Amino acid sequence: MSEPIVSVRNLVVEFPLRRGLFTAVNGVSFDIMPGEILGVVGESGAGKSMTGSAIIGLIDRPGRIASGEVYLSGQRIDNLPPDEMAKLRGKRIGMVFQDPLTSLNPLYTIGEQLIETIRRHLPMNEAQARQRAIDLLAEAGIPSPETRIDSYPHQFSGGMRQRVVIALALSAEPDLIIADEPTSALDVSVQAQIIRVLKQLCESRGAAVMLVTHDMGVIAETATRMIVMNKGKIVETGSVGDIIKRPQEEYTINLINSIPSIKDETRRHDVPPAATPLVQVKNLTRDFDLSPGMLDRMLKGSKRTVVKAVQDVSFNIRKGSTYGLVGESGSGKSTCARMLVGLIKPTNGQVLLEGDDIWAGGSGTQQRRQRVQMIFQDPYASLNPRWRVGDIIAEPMRALKLVANKREAEERVADLLEKVRLDPISMRKFPHEFSGGQRQRIAIARALSSQPEFIVCDEPTSALDVSVQAQVLDLMRSLQDEYGLTYLLISHNLAVVRQMADDVGVMSKGVLVEQGQVDDIFDNPQAEYTQMLLNAVPDISKVN
Amino acid sequence: MLAFILRRLAQSIVVMGVVALISFMLFRYVGDPVASLLGQDSRLEDFEDLRQRLGLNDPFYVQFGRFVGNALQGEFGISYRLQTPVTELIMSRLPATIELAFASALIALVFGLSLGVFTALKPRSFLTGVVMTLSLVGVSLPTFLIGIGLIYVFAVELQWLPSFGRGQVVDLGWWKTGLLTESGLRSLILPAITLSLFQLTLIMRLVRAEMLEVLRQDYIKFARARGLSNRAINFGHALKNTMVPVITITGLQLGSVIAFSIVTETVFQWPGVGSLFINSVQVVDVPVMAAYLMFIAFVFVVINLIVDILYYAVDPRLRINASGSGK
Repeated sequence: MSEPIVSVRNLVVEFPLRRGLFTAVNGVSFDIMPGEILGVVGESGAGKSMTGSAIIGLIDRPGRIASGEVYLSGQRIDNLPPDEMAKLRGKRIGMVFQDPLTSLNPLYTIGEQLIETIRRHLPMNEAQARQRAIDLLAEAGIPSPETRIDSYPHQFSGGMRQRVVIALALSAEPDLIIADEPTSALDVSVQAQIIRVLKQLCESRGAAVMLVTHDMGVIAETATRMIVMNKGKIVETGSVGDIIKRPQEEYTINLINSIPSIKDETRRHDVPPAATPLVQVKNLTRDFDLSPGMLDRMLKGSKRTVVKAVQDVSFNIRKGSTYGLVGESGSGKSTCARMLVGLIKPTNGQVLLEGDDIWAGGSGTQQRRQRVQMIFQDPYASLNPRWRVGDIIAEPMRALKLVANKREAEERVADLLEKVRLDPISMRKFPHEFSGGQRQRIAIARALSSQPEFIVCDEPTSALDVSVQAQVLDLMRSLQDEYGLTYLLISHNLAVVRQMADDVGVMSKGVLVEQGQVDDIFDNPQAEYTQMLLNAVPDISKVN
Repeated sequence: MLAFILRRLAQSIVVMGVVALISFMLFRYVGDPVASLLGQDSRLEDFEDLRQRLGLNDPFYVQFGRFVGNALQGEFGISYRLQTPVTELIMSRLPATIELAFASALIALVFGLSLGVFTALKPRSFLTGVVMTLSLVGVSLPTFLIGIGLIYVFAVELQWLPSFGRGQVVDLGWWKTGLLTESGLRSLILPAITLSLFQLTLIMRLVRAEMLEVLRQDYIKFARARGLSNRAINFGHALKNTMVPVITITGLQLGSVIAFSIVTETVFQWPGVGSLFINSVQVVDVPVMAAYLMFIAFVFVVINLIVDILYYAVDPRLRINASGSGK
């Protein structure tokens, strides 16, 4: 048996805080063999990223390794002086971060960043380093790297940037790669490509990979062994198949159960197919004029460029049902949502709410607005941090003059908070006192406060952990049953859509490529794009 | 790039036009120029005659057109107080102000940048605490107090440096410089420090705040994870990103160094444009005031233009956006 590339023994990472000692990682031990991909899963705050940072020696202040040992190919590295450790980073341990949009320095070309890193670790001159950089980019799957090497990061798409980041992490052939949520910020199809690149590269080089992610699907597709972490401790270790199919610990069982799968066929209620449509979207079109200024057009002869964000989209949403809209980023689904709630004006087409055009203007605007509400993706950004929760929830009622006085408003707010399973006392608090899932409940309470019939939910759970996601989806479902709400659910997470929606529409490049009942689309997709999308999804059902 | 500069130039012309209008209104409506030119015992006919000769009876737009036309040729009329052409007057004072402004800008930039970087990189060091505390003093003390304090310590008590004036100057024909003589340089030290102190602390605190922000970014963490040296990370990756917002503020501050050197020039009796302005205000010397207004506006417009172009050079993202190609 060969020697493990990395061994972690009883690792403890502590943060001395004002309120006492916080133990982020508590007695974690594991090994990774050459060529092995070890998946580390857990919800946010489980200490999985911190374990990665501890191995590479980049724990943010004031955190520190309190005890335990880290060995890299048998050599102890956790107690190395900072200079020695810095030499190891990049050369023997590479790291890939979550967000490719922020991990590259925007002011240097990717070539400059690659060459700088290569020359730091390997004895090469400028020309040799450049050649190596081009080879690395080619290996990471960047087309025509000879010309792309002199581009700046912003000239690449997210997926391409993540390839550059991987090329950078691999530039000195490290033995160990720590990938911290490498695909979480990417679209599913891009995600699949990046996973493939990562897998190939470690197979061909025999490097060990520590893959940190909250997405069990990614682990299922990539890793051989996995660790489940919770509150700084390892809950369960084993082969991926064993853990996903036969989880032993209660925490793991709950975690696996809360993950929606695209193969999940359990339906919760049946909407009568003949139900009248509440919302009718007719030939909706929206163009964005991205032309350069008039002067540029005159001097350079550049042409007008109009981006067709949404083109001729039509669908109906039945009363009391959930319509799922899926597609990759840039497919126009959010633009659609904004036109539906009245935030941006369509270039063409109509949105009818029981026959009334939302964009008709005139005297009925207020009433129409009241019937449509929206829930946004990021509960950290969508609540005003300087307002108390009570004011946030009461604002739509005040704006639409639905309540007569302050006392009535407060009663309604208390009532709404109870509906979303929060303590009415919360109305005196500020948003920062709540967790992500609680904040999303507050956002739902705000959406409900004008007593709407139709709620547009734009990625309502994509910023949340899976177990919290399950709770929020559950809440949305029971509110729907209770009040007969109609939802438009926008998500890039196909499993969530399968679980929630009755009908689904698939968008690509501004066009609705396919729509129909959810089971038909998922089990028997017709459009090529839908098939590609479904194949690309890393799903726990795909584990072998 | 060309289109961008042209657009900025067009905007600058609009700004200058508006300032010209305000300057002209000063001319026209603040006091009666004829009354200042003629004595109180002049006859009414003389008033009318002079009005006619100066064109003050012409309609508003004709007068404004003439004002702009003259201004374009560098003509701002004749100072009421000194009876010499305003342009000549300002040009004779300008070298003193420019030399003072550039000396203090240099001090502010060099020390502000290096102290800012130092305090950002060593946030926990004792020296950082000292510098940050002192910088509060620099921001909050008024310029005249600093000037008087410096004069008291270095000129009166220690007698190391002169307390006023510009020292000996060398006439280069078109430019009288104090930088080539020892007494000129010695005289420059105190006013330059006084004028730079506020800018210095401002730049320092700005650089520090920006740099701390940049050091928290993912790409700095990623640079560390790639094992780059501290030097490369701090001065290559972090500092360049810090400069982007700092350039804007610093540019504007340099403009105000020139524009608002008035207080310093008064305290040190520095024979620059600022003290000329103060003297003119006291006797309502409108042509000088109007010309000064135009001059300051011009300085700001030019500096802003330079800042925009610099921004362009530093940040590649702007270049792409302006050329209109997304990918």
